Amino acid sequence: MSVILVLILVSLVVAIAFLIAFFWAVKSGQFDDTYSPSVRMLFEDRVKKEKEANDD
Amino acid sequence: MNFVSTIVKNETHCYHCGEDCLEGKLTFEEHSFCCNGCKTVYEILSSNDLCDYYSMENTPGFTVRDKAEHSLFDFLDNESIKREVLDFEGEGFQRVTLHIPNVHCSSCIWLLENLDRLKPAVLDSVINFSSKKLTVNYKSDEMSLRQLAEMLDSIGYGPQINLKDSDESKKPQKTFDKQLLIKIGIAGFCFGNVMLLSFPDYLGIAGVEEEYRSFFRYLSLALSLPVVFYAGGEYFTSALKSAKQKFANIDVPIAIGLLALFVRSSYEVIADVGPGYFDSLVGLVFFLLIGKWFQGKTYESLSFDRDYQSYFPLAVQKRINDAFEPVPVKELKKGDEVLLRNGEVLPADAILIDDYASIDYSFVTGESVPVTRKKGDYVYAGGRQVGKQVRFVIQKEVSQSYLTQLWNNDAFGEKEVHTKLIDKVSRYFTVLVLLVAVSSAIFWQITDPSQTWLVFTAVLIIACPCALALSTPFTMGSIMRVFGRNHFYLKNADVIEKINATNTIVFDKTGTITETQGEALKFCGSELSEAEKALIHTAVASSTHPLSRWIKQFTEAKGFDYNIESFEEIEGKGFVVIVSGLTIKVGAAKFLGVEKNQENNATQVHVSIGDDYKGYFSFEATYRKGLNALLDALKSKFKFQVLSGDNDKEAERLKSMFPVGSTLRFNQSPEDKLKAIKEIQANDNAVIMLGDGLNDAGALQQSKVGIAITEDVSLFSPASDAILKASNLMDLDKFIKLAHAGRKVVVASFILSLLYNCVGISLAVAGELTPLVAAILMPLSSISVVVFTTTSINLISKKIKLK
Repeated sequence: MSVILVLILVSLVVAIAFLIAFFWAVKSGQFDDTYSPSVRMLFEDRVKKEKEANDD
Repeated sequence: MNFVSTIVKNETHCYHCGEDCLEGKLTFEEHSFCCNGCKTVYEILSSNDLCDYYSMENTPGFTVRDKAEHSLFDFLDNESIKREVLDFEGEGFQRVTLHIPNVHCSSCIWLLENLDRLKPAVLDSVINFSSKKLTVNYKSDEMSLRQLAEMLDSIGYGPQINLKDSDESKKPQKTFDKQLLIKIGIAGFCFGNVMLLSFPDYLGIAGVEEEYRSFFRYLSLALSLPVVFYAGGEYFTSALKSAKQKFANIDVPIAIGLLALFVRSSYEVIADVGPGYFDSLVGLVFFLLIGKWFQGKTYESLSFDRDYQSYFPLAVQKRINDAFEPVPVKELKKGDEVLLRNGEVLPADAILIDDYASIDYSFVTGESVPVTRKKGDYVYAGGRQVGKQVRFVIQKEVSQSYLTQLWNNDAFGEKEVHTKLIDKVSRYFTVLVLLVAVSSAIFWQITDPSQTWLVFTAVLIIACPCALALSTPFTMGSIMRVFGRNHFYLKNADVIEKINATNTIVFDKTGTITETQGEALKFCGSELSEAEKALIHTAVASSTHPLSRWIKQFTEAKGFDYNIESFEEIEGKGFVVIVSGLTIKVGAAKFLGVEKNQENNATQVHVSIGDDYKGYFSFEATYRKGLNALLDALKSKFKFQVLSGDNDKEAERLKSMFPVGSTLRFNQSPEDKLKAIKEIQANDNAVIMLGDGLNDAGALQQSKVGIAITEDVSLFSPASDAILKASNLMDLDKFIKLAHAGRKVVVASFILSLLYNCVGISLAVAGELTPLVAAILMPLSSISVVVFTTTSINLISKKIKLK
């Protein structure tokens, strides 16, 4: 039955890894500006398409 | 006969970003644009069929905005200023973060992040949309900071540079936000895990699995440690602080509850007598932190603490030997000769030594028609020179000037502390809970001493005013969001409670209850034919005077094609234009040799075509539409006062608009306005002050609630508790109504949460509070309070027709 203990500990470790990822996201400023990244993504797309069009 | 008509504003949508095109819309290839950025982007993209992205370097963007004769950024060449503005300086490379107030739509982001295509010297540029800050890395040997600022300005995104911004008063706020997010993360993480680990206990562990029980319990204990001591730590420190001041704020009962929960649960686990209440404990902290985050919504790009320093320039052109060089304004002394160019602000009181200057005081008084000053006139600081460059001799140091000495007043010290409703309630609440806990402990001590300590802690646990503590943040947070959608931005949620405590509204006149943009313009004299209109339209087109712009708009006529043959502007008087052989004179009455109409107090611009005197354009301040309705809606609850810096020529008109009993004061200096507010407050009145200019700064500061009115919220506004977009001024009664309703919602949710507490406490007193009951009851009460407050605020705001 000790497999439950192992599973719980493993799941905790995984969860803590995600928690640390969250800390990193906060500290690196990903929550500072929640608007421009969404728009920026679309812009990059457009530029790429144009580049491809030029390459053809 | 008088011919009167008004300008009709056409509201259209920007072709590129879809925003409303307000004043000053731009047209290109039959499309309207809301801003230069959009227009530039459109121009570039359309001329290239959206394909040839690389011809961006042809940069039509550079020609979009009429280049001012002189750049206003040459002070950035001054080494000491440059060093303060720059973030980082490496070899051949510099990084700077600039505040760009104009950023407002997606194409702004696009353009600003593609700066390297305009200027290869830019390595990269990243914009933070919510704080409107642009960070640029660039090669400093190919481009100077000044050139960067000029380039941004030329594409319509002039940076706002002042030292206040560069020493970054906002940074501590940011780390606070991040810390709160991290705390929420930890609390949420632990909450989820502890809840899972508690299930076996709630569901009842049978037989073999019993050996894992203490493992689950100790794990819960371990997971609750960071939550109690890190995430919830501030409740303990805040409770201690207020206990020292012998004042029980809401954090005191929370801290007591958390402590009781933690001690009781740890005891149960260590003594192996029960599962403890760890999931309730951790969930409680999690909900409380969420509440804090919800209420803490801030408007990052708005600044509520600006003083004159952030409006005044960093540097001004001072005469050193025979040349003018930029020097920091702090170093200006009496007797210095300074040069102001078009658009520059006079930083200190001075005497004009050139013949004429046209000074725009709109930021100071709200009056948008520039005033003319003659040689030898004493000119107050804060005015913006319009037109050609002029020289002044400084009379006072910057901080001692007429306007700026206002900031030496002690009203600019600490503001009075407002006791929040929740803290008033919590004082009684704490006492009551302690009473119930102690008396039930005494009761059990007599009947069954083994239960005493259990019941005592159970009462403290269940009485923990989580729901009570959540009702205010969620109500206020919802109200702030509704206000924000209606362009009414609060400095923080406390302002809502302060609004509820007021009973007097004080208005500034110019710019607050009168329109600042495009004042009503009418033509008095013989009726103008379409052809004459077109002639005047052509004539004024080459003048840079702001009044000309309005006349130009007014005289819009189609189907005529006139050419300007000569144009001569006589500074401070008017101009003579020869259009298709006709001499047209536009300007002051004296300049045309006619009598000024004395009955009309408004600014007058007279016109003659050929030898015929046609009449004059009259610029009148108009009161904002809907003002009467607003005053009507508010008059039952508020007294009104008007503080005007102008003379009393409008007194009769104002008297007829304001209800009887309102006080009108005229000729108020900035100091007078501050004193007037103090006087009103001395009679036990709490004041909402509405003002728009720097001259209202003192009054705004002194009032309980100072609301700055501004046409464009991204532009400068004086320090205040709230910023209201001028177009939404007429919703003020609704805002106040919602704030009042908010108070009722808070009280109702207090009752709701107290009901839960009553049920919980009676269970606890009876000794029936099992961890399972606590685990259901406590989150249930929190969630129902959250749902109740947010939905009722949204329903009420819909009912009073706020967006």
